[in-house]
Amino acid sequence: MSERADAARPILGEFSYEPAAAQKGYTGQTLYVNLSNNTFESKAVTEEMKEKFVGGRGFGLWYLWHGVEDETRWDDPENEIVISSGPCGGITQYPGSGKSLVVSISPLTDVVIDSNVGGHFGPLLKFAGWDALEIQGKAEKDVIVFIDGTTGRVTIEEAPDVPIDSHKVGHWLINEMAETEEDRRYMSAVSAGSGADHSRFGCLNFSFYDRRREEPRFKQAGRGGIGTVFRDKGIKALVVKTDPVRGDLNHPAEPDRISKVGVQMHREIHEYDDVQCRMRHRGTTYLVQIMNDYDLLPTHNFRYGCHPDAPKINGDVWEGKFTQGIPDGCWYGCTLSCSHAVDGYELRTGPYRGQKVIVDGPEYETVAGCGSNCGIFEPWAIMEINFYCDTYGLDTISFGTGTAFVMECYESGLLDKEKTGGLELTWGNAEAALELLHQVGRGEGFGLIFGQGIRRMKDIFAEKFGADREFLEDIGMEAKGLEYSEYVTKESLAQQGGYGLSNKGPQHDEAWLIFMDQVNNQIPTFEDKAEALHYFPMWRTWFGLCGFCKVVWNDVTPPDNDMTEEPAKVPEHVQNYVEVFSGVTGRKVTKEDLIKQSERVYQLQRIFNIRLGHGLRDHDAVPYRSQGPVTVEEYESRAERYDEQLEEEVGVDPTAMSTEEKMAALRAYREDQYEKLIDAVYKRRGWTKNGVPKRETLEKLDIAYPEFLRVIEPHL
Amino acid sequence: MRVLSYDPELCITCRTCEDTCSQTFFREVTAEKSKIRIHDGGDDLPSASFCNQCGECIDICPTQALSRGRRGVVRVSRELCVGCFACVGFCPSQVMFWHVDEPVPFKCISCGVCASECPEGALEVVEVEEAPAPVEPYKSV
Repeated sequence: MSERADAARPILGEFSYEPAAAQKGYTGQTLYVNLSNNTFESKAVTEEMKEKFVGGRGFGLWYLWHGVEDETRWDDPENEIVISSGPCGGITQYPGSGKSLVVSISPLTDVVIDSNVGGHFGPLLKFAGWDALEIQGKAEKDVIVFIDGTTGRVTIEEAPDVPIDSHKVGHWLINEMAETEEDRRYMSAVSAGSGADHSRFGCLNFSFYDRRREEPRFKQAGRGGIGTVFRDKGIKALVVKTDPVRGDLNHPAEPDRISKVGVQMHREIHEYDDVQCRMRHRGTTYLVQIMNDYDLLPTHNFRYGCHPDAPKINGDVWEGKFTQGIPDGCWYGCTLSCSHAVDGYELRTGPYRGQKVIVDGPEYETVAGCGSNCGIFEPWAIMEINFYCDTYGLDTISFGTGTAFVMECYESGLLDKEKTGGLELTWGNAEAALELLHQVGRGEGFGLIFGQGIRRMKDIFAEKFGADREFLEDIGMEAKGLEYSEYVTKESLAQQGGYGLSNKGPQHDEAWLIFMDQVNNQIPTFEDKAEALHYFPMWRTWFGLCGFCKVVWNDVTPPDNDMTEEPAKVPEHVQNYVEVFSGVTGRKVTKEDLIKQSERVYQLQRIFNIRLGHGLRDHDAVPYRSQGPVTVEEYESRAERYDEQLEEEVGVDPTAMSTEEKMAALRAYREDQYEKLIDAVYKRRGWTKNGVPKRETLEKLDIAYPEFLRVIEPHL
Repeated sequence: MRVLSYDPELCITCRTCEDTCSQTFFREVTAEKSKIRIHDGGDDLPSASFCNQCGECIDICPTQALSRGRRGVVRVSRELCVGCFACVGFCPSQVMFWHVDEPVPFKCISCGVCASECPEGALEVVEVEEAPAPVEPYKSV
């Protein structure tokens, strides 16, 4: 650290420690930091924690559970931000092993949010000696927390010289904090941005140093407003620094088991990615065309699933814009390399107008959410929104889905220029969407209302603007307070549950069942769907316990995968994870054990939601737009499909019915189907009809702790 | 550039080259640590796997640990390598090797020690303008 910077940042608290090397994936210690009184603690990671909750999201929930009260809300000092990667996080031999999970009480949902993120912070945190970082309290003035694993010193420092917007924090990190090229490589920052100060959907940016571009890059913990909590705590940045990374820093129990499947996986990606998803060339944007082809690409606030202009923003377009030939992994050894970037993009709007920047992404969710869902089919606008959301610390999914919502309100006459302060929020108006975004960044005008998220906007529009509450409830694409991620679920009952029956809110990282359900018809009965809504959320939860990324599991598949009994599970890759987990931790596990590990964490999260006053059946409700056509235009645009369903599934003859009558009949049927699905899923998950985990469910999983029983018993 | 050249007509699969290589670099005689691998061809001629210095691995490496050094030979920097073995999986000829004892991958650097020990003169180090065609990845039958 330079003397100038040191002088600019008075030290408020200091803590010395002996950095513990990881053994079999764990350092055995968690760093607790309290920003209210500038104190620190090194907490032991117990064997029971490892056995029952593994790491990552499991550790996050465990610490948060013990850190808060039943009444704690997102902006109370007791709320925490916990960051943990997991035992396999930071291995370099298996692609996609550098993820972190961040856990907090969400300003959007008032329950627990977990958000997964790449970048180097989580692995470097472990190599600095900590399995997890638990932050509680609130700083009086803006601070940074600097964890220096090279010297074994943690400091809380006042940070008047540190910028807030993330791309500037990245430059501050490599230019001011890092003294050498080696420092740049082995330092990482977590930051939010000015938008997080003025909204409930602030995200966190996790940095990594891009050695070829010689620039900081970022991955986002986007969902649920943890960036908002971060800024509310007065944090400008968390910084970690370590000695050079080596391939064996986790000191795995049986390294050859990891490398064997790792090399095999690299080879598989080398052989098949080019002819499968082309993640190495276009990242997740390959999905745009597929979703459009299957009528699943959200368009005009999820009214429709395709649009003639979709080819203007599909994977081919992004492949032409991403700088090719650079290994764009967000952690070492990820050869699926989906973290692409547009280099030298010149900004057209906002405070950084005219500057040339790196745009991290866009990824599919951003293209669909901030593009097609808002009727925006101009790549420049999507890049511009992407960049500003990131640097302002805003979740592109909540921003996109939220913008689509206000655009529909505007187009439907519920909003007008007077109410929006002059913003013409018509479909496709990219300039208006960007101005809205800058208003959130500045904390001005309609941006402040918008920054509250869809759930609270519905209240404001109904109460202050006299908008039709029922219509708002139907078209406002949020559940539990979290904005939907970007898939149209009208024709997939299982995916309606995939979103609605998730613990954190409608985010695709819990379950993505549309192809199994709607396209391939592999799970026709309620029991089949319930089984899928048990297995896949548990399986996907598991990645976030260990430090893994989901995409390596099924965005490339072995050539004979379709010949296996359960191709949707990608059995060969599941077995790889058994190998890697055992290879790192030395624990003998089967693939069934992995699901059991997740079940404990999943049940804990459900109980946590109940403890915070949510988490029951009522809270698993979804907006009708996710289940069926809300407007006459929607129905009539796919009249043939819906008429056929009325005849064949509902058992009514649509010929003499008006569109309104047909819509009502379809709605009654679909809403009933969803309720039946809930019954089946709750049963499979071991919950009561009200969605409460049963005592015997917890006993079976060896987690019938008195503190859990205290929460569920009043509901049993 | 400097590359190793192999003549299957002369090779008697005695594996002196493998032993020499692992002894030179790892101080032990084990084929799994040799940077050249000889494959018995059965009724056909034998074949050999070793790096042709094509350099495709250079752009794969996330840490810039691979670079073309003196006389065009591709080398692994132990200082920069984080042992991810991406280069092992992505080598078109599968001649970047790894071993559980070793934190970093290893490959032929055209040093010629094996050639000097080959009793039949089947190996030699030659200077070429461009990397020779990739060696067909060896597939066991």
